[in-house]
Amino acid sequence: MKKILSIGLVRGLVFQMIGTLIGALLVTAVRAAMGLSAFSARTFGFTEPAWVFGGFVGVLAFVYGTRVLDDWIAWARGEDTPEHREDEPGWRKYFSPSLDHKVIGIQYTVTSLLLLSVGGLFALIFRTELAASGLQFLSLKMYNTLMSLHGIIMIVSILLGIAGVMNYLVPLMIGAPDMAFPRLNAFSFWVAPPAAVLLLSSLALGGFDTGWTGYPPLSARAPLGMQMFFLGVWVAGWSSILGALNLIATVLRMRAKGMTAFRMPIFVWAAVATSLIALTATQLIGLSFQLVMFQRLFGMGFFDPAKGGNPILFQHLFWFYSHPAVYVFVLPGLGLISELLPVFVRKPLFGYRWVAMSSLGIALVGFLVWAHHMFTSGMNEYLRVPFMYSTLLVAVPTGVKFFSWVATLWEGKIELPTPMLFTLGAIVAFLMGGLSGPPNAIVATDLHLHDTYFIVGHFHDTMFGGYIFPFFAAIYYWFPKATGRRLNEKLGKWHFWLMTPSFLVLTMGMMRIGLLGMRRRIADYDPALGFDLTHTVLTVAAFLIAISVLIFFYNIYITLRKGEVVTGNVWNSRSPEWQVPSPMPAHNYDRPIEVVGEPYDYSLPDAPYVRFAE
Amino acid sequence: MRHVVIVALFVLTMTFLVYTGLNALNPLPTQAATQAVVVDRMFHLEFIAIAFLFSLITVPLVYSLIVFRRRPGDTGVGRHIEGNIKLELLWTIIPLITVIAFSYMGAQALGDTLRVDPQALQVKVTGFQWAWRFEYPDYGITSNALYLPVNRQVLLRLESPDVIHSFWVPEFRVKQDVVPGRETQLRITPTTIGEYTVRCAELCGVSHAYMRSPVVVVSQEDFDAWVAEKQEESTEATGPDAGRGQKLYETLGCKACHSVDGSEGVGPTWKGLFGSEVELDDGSVVVADEAFLAESIREPGAAIVAGFAEGTMPSYALEESQIADLIAFIESLK
Repeated sequence: MKKILSIGLVRGLVFQMIGTLIGALLVTAVRAAMGLSAFSARTFGFTEPAWVFGGFVGVLAFVYGTRVLDDWIAWARGEDTPEHREDEPGWRKYFSPSLDHKVIGIQYTVTSLLLLSVGGLFALIFRTELAASGLQFLSLKMYNTLMSLHGIIMIVSILLGIAGVMNYLVPLMIGAPDMAFPRLNAFSFWVAPPAAVLLLSSLALGGFDTGWTGYPPLSARAPLGMQMFFLGVWVAGWSSILGALNLIATVLRMRAKGMTAFRMPIFVWAAVATSLIALTATQLIGLSFQLVMFQRLFGMGFFDPAKGGNPILFQHLFWFYSHPAVYVFVLPGLGLISELLPVFVRKPLFGYRWVAMSSLGIALVGFLVWAHHMFTSGMNEYLRVPFMYSTLLVAVPTGVKFFSWVATLWEGKIELPTPMLFTLGAIVAFLMGGLSGPPNAIVATDLHLHDTYFIVGHFHDTMFGGYIFPFFAAIYYWFPKATGRRLNEKLGKWHFWLMTPSFLVLTMGMMRIGLLGMRRRIADYDPALGFDLTHTVLTVAAFLIAISVLIFFYNIYITLRKGEVVTGNVWNSRSPEWQVPSPMPAHNYDRPIEVVGEPYDYSLPDAPYVRFAE
Repeated sequence: MRHVVIVALFVLTMTFLVYTGLNALNPLPTQAATQAVVVDRMFHLEFIAIAFLFSLITVPLVYSLIVFRRRPGDTGVGRHIEGNIKLELLWTIIPLITVIAFSYMGAQALGDTLRVDPQALQVKVTGFQWAWRFEYPDYGITSNALYLPVNRQVLLRLESPDVIHSFWVPEFRVKQDVVPGRETQLRITPTTIGEYTVRCAELCGVSHAYMRSPVVVVSQEDFDAWVAEKQEESTEATGPDAGRGQKLYETLGCKACHSVDGSEGVGPTWKGLFGSEVELDDGSVVVADEAFLAESIREPGAAIVAGFAEGTMPSYALEESQIADLIAFIESLK
């Protein structure tokens, strides 16, 4: 028992349960003393304010329980703590706070993969329901809850996934021993698990039926699960903001000697661009959700028309984060594509500087386009036109990336191991997402497309192309660096060739019926529309994707047990992390590195990128 | 250079094939309004651009994968090309001009869908959880189906008493959210006689999927006849009638939550409800008599039946006679 409790994660979860109970009881006692109703049968025993405060205290208790705050608490008391803390050997270090960016990166990545599976499972459940018209086995309420949770769980898992990849790679790529603030880094990770618990708890607390957008007034009258959703996102936002801050500081201050801005690996550019957005926009989604929480708890009528509030104001606040957020999701993925292509083509990334600038361009323009989600919302009619211009402008830097990728492939020596296959899959999927974007940006056609399945198809194309495919590519590519073993190529190819066609069928089918009148977020559709057959095909495609991901998990399992051991530069990469043996030692480079050349001169074998100080 | 020429030819062929294929699929629903014509013209311009850009990227990509693939035994490296400023400027500036052109055309098209006809027929549309109601202020009638005369612009004035909904008939293309606390507007000029369906496009709660009403486009003569019939109907109503109540049950949206066969739903079933004893969530027990049922319809939050959630049912501003009809219908469900 004591041994189990020494694991940070377990202690955190126990503390979270106790904390939630204490917080809820506290509010209940105060309410009873004030003569207000103390319990409610409709909201699972405690009243809604008690649940919300309990949830909040639970998160604090979780973080405290993991002991990730211990050093800070000691410093506040005036005590000194050692600068480094050695991790336990073996698997146990992954379940407790660690200050090593590589451990934290793997913690993020594994959490992300777990949540990805949960979100995917939800999708499979309601996708099965949609296979035929009529209600099969889900209730309308359950469908709405699963569909809403699928959205937010996937978004959180993507945020954690990019945090994982950035945490693991950026210090290695810039030759730093760790992130700038290792304790803040650990804290950023450890607020994410209790946030995930809150989000999932909404399933048990009445669910919520608003989709992940949580528009009031619907969200102001949804069941208790709504509040757990708001609180969970609010907490997860902290992870994102603090992680971004840390990353920017790291890149600004800790680059190796000679690594000027235009000699950084391109992924670092993408990581900085994405962090700039996450650092400055995440507050808005937290704030907008907090306003609805307060509207429900304290009767503040921010978005309640009966009290002079404006429901459309919420949409502005919400999308001011949530649109840039999609660039937070895709920029690191696009960075990975640009990073991996030159390795497998054996020639430089075409137009490196312009590609780097295009990431910043997307980040900047991405802030000016939010209202394109509101073309039918009833906001000012004329305002739609400037937002159409700014939205289409995003196509320009995005196009730069595509053209550069194609030009990089041109006259190369192309090899096709699994990471390269996923990189190419990412380009094709993101192309489908990119090409289906402008019809939504052009107001006239968006009047037809808004809130249809076309949008669902478009969005999944951008997310798979911008994140899922590159994420898999990155895992296949850097798995040997992290573990010293190489993932099985044969299984990897099965994974790719099963997932890619199924995925393209899935999203193209979605877009097809969306154009013909299939609305999004509905549990049932009119059989008269004739969509039954397409929906059956989509469901089969979704299951094939799930099988391919199972193959991927099996591959990880079998490789960890008895995979091919590789310690050298598997892919013949120029990047510094591949110039030292795998797996990476605890404090990265024992000798400082110095940048002496261009990062992607693969076609000049005698011109190194980095060299180690003597 | 040889490679570039081959690829260029393939790109053109592919563009043609993709565009033809897209059209052959009949990608859009029937066109039944002048606004739809405007929107579809824009769609087709976009299809051309999409077909071209799709080919422009995929053709050289696939071509490279075949032609520039590393042959077995080849240990060489790729050609050293770092970039090409002219080319990079070109593929920044041409897309820039293209998107500005598309924005301009898109704005024009948007303007065309908003064209005002001062003679437009006015209909007040109320979207509520989970049905639509249509009032014709010029004729003093209310209907659960939207009847429209062909080739005459209609100005829909949209209102919601509860949450956000969205008015969408795919055949008319244009869509507009219905926002509580204010009026939004949508103009449609139907051009084809026929029956369509308006479906709510904005997630609005449990029964969102079933929030739909018929839209019937008829000739001016048929429209006039329908108006006359409706006006007669409303003057005829005398005394509560279970038959009319059942019609209201089906068209107002009661059906979405209240069953009539005793099965479970979002709200209590109506079977055997009249005159039965009902336990409320504060523990008290009341008899579901006429007064209780009428109050529950007018003000659903006043008393909540144990086991059901408050705030699920919107209040319905119905006429006294309609409430009486509904109660008569409930009474008939033994």
